[in-house]
Amino acid sequence: MKAKHLRNRWLGLLPLGLILFLSGCGQLEMTVLDPKGPVAESQYDLIVYSLWFMLGIIVVVFALFAYMLIKYRENRPGRKESDYDPNLHGNTTIEVVWTVIPFIIVILLSIPTVTTLYDLEKPPEPEAGEEAKDPLVVYATTADWKWFFSYPEQDIETVNYLHIPTDRPIEFRLTSADSMSALWIPALGGQKYNMAGMMTKLYLEADEEGTYDGRNSNFNGEGFAAQTFKVHAESEEEFNTWAEEVKNEAPELTAERYDELLQPGLTDKESFSSTHLEYVQHHTKEGMGYVVENYREQFKKKLHLYEIEEQESFQ
Amino acid sequence: MHITDILVTGEPIIYGAMVSMALVGIALFFLLTYFKKWGWLWREWLTTVDHKKIGVMYILSALLMLFRGGVDAMMMRVQLAFPDLGFLNSQHYNEIFTTHGTIMIIFMAMPFLIGLMNIIVPLQIGARDFAFPYLNALSFWSFFFGMALFNISFVIGGSPDAGWTSYTPLSGAAMSPGPGQNFYLMGLQLSGIGTLATGINLMVTILKMRAPGMKLFHMPIFTWSTLVTCFIIVFAFPILTVALALLTIDRIFGSQFFTLTGEGLPMMWANLFWMWGHPEVYIVILPAFGIFSEVIATFAKKRLFGYNVMVWSMIVIALLSFLVWVHHFFTMGAGAFVNSVFSISTMLIAVPTGVKIFNWLATLYKSKIEFTVPMLWSLAFIPSFILGGVTGVMLGMAAADYQFHNSYFLIAHFHYVLIAGTVFACFAGLVFWYPKMFGHKMNERLGKWAFWLFFFGFHVCFFPQYFLGLDGMPRRLFITNVVEWLPLNVISTVGAFGMGLGFIVFVYNVYYSFRYSERETTGDSWNGNGRTLEWATTTPVPYYNFATVPYVDEIDPYVRMKEEGKTTFEESKVKPIHMPSYTGQPFIMMAFLGLASFGLVFEWMYVAVFGLLGGVVMMIRRSFDYDDGYYVPVEEIKRTEKKARGL
Repeated sequence: MKAKHLRNRWLGLLPLGLILFLSGCGQLEMTVLDPKGPVAESQYDLIVYSLWFMLGIIVVVFALFAYMLIKYRENRPGRKESDYDPNLHGNTTIEVVWTVIPFIIVILLSIPTVTTLYDLEKPPEPEAGEEAKDPLVVYATTADWKWFFSYPEQDIETVNYLHIPTDRPIEFRLTSADSMSALWIPALGGQKYNMAGMMTKLYLEADEEGTYDGRNSNFNGEGFAAQTFKVHAESEEEFNTWAEEVKNEAPELTAERYDELLQPGLTDKESFSSTHLEYVQHHTKEGMGYVVENYREQFKKKLHLYEIEEQESFQ
Repeated sequence: MHITDILVTGEPIIYGAMVSMALVGIALFFLLTYFKKWGWLWREWLTTVDHKKIGVMYILSALLMLFRGGVDAMMMRVQLAFPDLGFLNSQHYNEIFTTHGTIMIIFMAMPFLIGLMNIIVPLQIGARDFAFPYLNALSFWSFFFGMALFNISFVIGGSPDAGWTSYTPLSGAAMSPGPGQNFYLMGLQLSGIGTLATGINLMVTILKMRAPGMKLFHMPIFTWSTLVTCFIIVFAFPILTVALALLTIDRIFGSQFFTLTGEGLPMMWANLFWMWGHPEVYIVILPAFGIFSEVIATFAKKRLFGYNVMVWSMIVIALLSFLVWVHHFFTMGAGAFVNSVFSISTMLIAVPTGVKIFNWLATLYKSKIEFTVPMLWSLAFIPSFILGGVTGVMLGMAAADYQFHNSYFLIAHFHYVLIAGTVFACFAGLVFWYPKMFGHKMNERLGKWAFWLFFFGFHVCFFPQYFLGLDGMPRRLFITNVVEWLPLNVISTVGAFGMGLGFIVFVYNVYYSFRYSERETTGDSWNGNGRTLEWATTTPVPYYNFATVPYVDEIDPYVRMKEEGKTTFEESKVKPIHMPSYTGQPFIMMAFLGLASFGLVFEWMYVAVFGLLGGVVMMIRRSFDYDDGYYVPVEEIKRTEKKARGL
């Protein structure tokens, strides 16, 4: 009686997991599984590809597991003498089989992983029939706990928000003025670290217009949760209009103003008609200690955040 | 300096904790005094070098830390399910997830397993104690004072708040001023001495003190897992020691190894940390595999399937564990080639692990499964761990990891492997060997309640977190301020409380069983199904373990011993047994080093130097210590054995 009770619970796990999983996929529209650009798309493809293998493994193991528990429990009615072999301790054939199969799975998973890894180091390929565009270069610099996006081509800079044209690769040049952070826009693709004294490159691209959520995904202290930004993906014309508007209307980013903004703390969105790039080179050995040297005292203050304004939903 | 500069002030939760800690302290003091137990505490516990008692102290400390780490977890879950309450602010939350992670890994998982190893490994190989019993006591006290130091941080000085990974430059002196981060460094450093010493100690014990005839490939699988783990400890822990020392020198003496200034290399910390940190993961999972293997074979009443393959797969896992550390930071931009190499080495670990899973399933084939509580924990491990394992492979695919990294997908994954692996194993092992330790079993009915509550709580808590990760929720976020994330967070919190409830039932069961469980009369507690030497000893195990050590030339020697009617007491062969003397020196030495560490935390150099000198004096004293132990006379052995065996 007890064992039967048990069996039902074990079996109950399988459909429960599946239901949860399917409802999860269907209703929540999870950002990572709803890609809005070719980079996120390639990662999505890889995830789904691997998911099939994983589901296969889960089904096989769960089935074997359930079979063993049901068939070989001690007090199963109708157990036969032949159902017990206490000295059975090996079988070379089957052991070779279950070593080789995982090996094959690893090989099958490795191939697309490696090719995708190499692809992600380059700007995404244009769709068939379209000509390749030069990537738009955006310097994404973090300082505790804000984002600076510098557009050298347009000679403008934004704080805590980002505009990008659709269907054109964006080449993010990531660096940090102080703590290590990471640029993550899940709808557009995976993240990479921003590190002081270094510059990392991350290619992303949006192929649908919309507003996406971006954030620092690497914990870097008290203001971490507030270090987010919105990504406005719009057509090339709209983007150019916006850039011109900022260029014409926004104030210049002076060295003094930039220094002020670098102080640890939270700031609102801002726009400037010039960039900080000539003032400090955070990615160089000379520039990596700039903030820490200047604002050492201010890192001692605590923010004690209790709330941060509620964010709009992910698109 | 004023007292309020040191004490953490202004947090009602912490005031509450202070008061309750003070009350518990006072209560303990009065109880010990009232029952005149101070002498007993000193003679029987603080000065012991008996591996079984040290093991019990390890496990008690680990359970206490499981409680502390669990309370941290509950507080985080409450904050995430009810963000509008304003329960925790960002700073407080950061401290809590930092202490939760550090405590669960360093002060819960490892000592729990080391405690089980302490008690069981010598019994499994027919040894009478560790190779170096004095060193074993030293190890425990170094862990104990390291743990105490780390834990007082939240009332004195403030807790560390840079995550259990303590990445630089964030954890450096510039961005994390104050004593918090020093607590982390010194707590880990102090307890790390003990772990390293235990690694060496157990390694020597296993290699040199096995019963006559017992070859390496005759050893019980838990002992094998311990041996492999010891090798990992000995190769991995020095890296942590060096990394911690460098960061300590950075913070306290102003060097620039990991700083942003002076051309420091902050990213080197991440490398050093994970060169230790990844092997560390296997330090806590391999012994778990060993425990499951023992429990499953015992309650399947069958030999473990593929013993040799099990051993070799552990060795392969141990080797690979040193070759995968970069997968913790694929996103650092090391380039496609580096990431490809580490991606493949990471996925390769799935092969030996998968083989182990199939071997356990094959052990169940043609067996007679008995659903005891330890077996339930072990069986539940298989499907749960598979979910953690396959998502681990997904995380190992570097290109996809760019999306999973730093998200709740990762959180779900490592809780699936660490809880379903390590924590389930700790419970399975503790319940399984409980009669060996305390002379009575844990109540089965309460045990099953604890199991099912914890098991369902665990899945309800962590399964939704995979989806939170896929929806872009990053880890270490103190507030759920995206509406879509809230429902799954609430579900997760419900599950967490289920686990908490399971733990409470488990602890109650300890008390209940102490009061009401039947006392064991035989050593072979599980219906005579014991297979290895620990079950051949009497219950309670005499302090010398084996009156006569049997000759062993096969796996599962006790099965045949029972068939042939042999015991570990062959009266004609009893000889005087050489045993080590109890000593208070390890306790005192580590108390001094604990004081030194405390001094360093607050950068009070006089205190640090005084503590360090005290430690050195104790070491010199040890060097001139000529106490060689004593011999247990034959008469006493015979008397003890006859009484225990009812002859």
